[in-house]
Amino acid sequence: MNLTRRKLLAVGAGTAAFASFAAMPTFASVADDAMAEFTGGAAVQDGGLELTAPEIAENGNTVPVGVEAAGAVEIAVFATGNPTPKVATFKFGPLNPTQSASTRMRLAKTQDVVAIAKMADGTFRKTSSTVKVTIGGCGG
Amino acid sequence: MAKGVKPRVKVPKKAEAGETITIKTLISHKMESGQRKDSDGKIIPRSIINRFTADFNGQNVIDVTLEPAISTNPYLQFEATVPEAGKFDFKWYDDDGSVYEESKEISIG
Repeated sequence: MNLTRRKLLAVGAGTAAFASFAAMPTFASVADDAMAEFTGGAAVQDGGLELTAPEIAENGNTVPVGVEAAGAVEIAVFATGNPTPKVATFKFGPLNPTQSASTRMRLAKTQDVVAIAKMADGTFRKTSSTVKVTIGGCGG
Repeated sequence: MAKGVKPRVKVPKKAEAGETITIKTLISHKMESGQRKDSDGKIIPRSIINRFTADFNGQNVIDVTLEPAISTNPYLQFEATVPEAGKFDFKWYDDDGSVYEESKEISIG
């Protein structure tokens, strides 16, 4: 096969375009995989829990976040745009009256933060909130 | 054991029986995420607190799994029911295997 310079460039550009296109869905699916791992593939209903996060976070290194879901046994928080989407999992014991907790997290960039609650009857509830991040919190 | 780790907990000294109280905890820890690079371009290995538990007289209040996305000096706030006088036990589990402990007494009245 005779590869001319022109042909070689065309092939190279095509491969690069394909690679970048293929990389995008895999990046989004990291978060989906993490969520599916928590729910075990079960159906997730919207609403039924509260996620408190700021609309705009100036510093991505410490973003306050709070969750509350009456009747939940477990709540997991995910940052869909982080290199590792899992943030924290809260398991509530018998002496926890409100099933609420708050902490501070890192966000790499502007993204959706998702909270999924596992209720006492085994069903899952979900809510999300978009946080705009001015300075990302992943070092680098 | 990582250097300079100091747990701090805020629990009211007194409560009514059955009252709901708010507990705030903070532990000084660098929570190295494993994403950052040093000046030579080498990745700084992950070193975080990966689990936190709070118990009251042996009964669990909250059990948190922490991931690298939790900020430096992890802060946690949650609520607890106080059925009787007793002791809260807090434990933080480090990646390197060490466990940091703190406990607080609470009385009824």
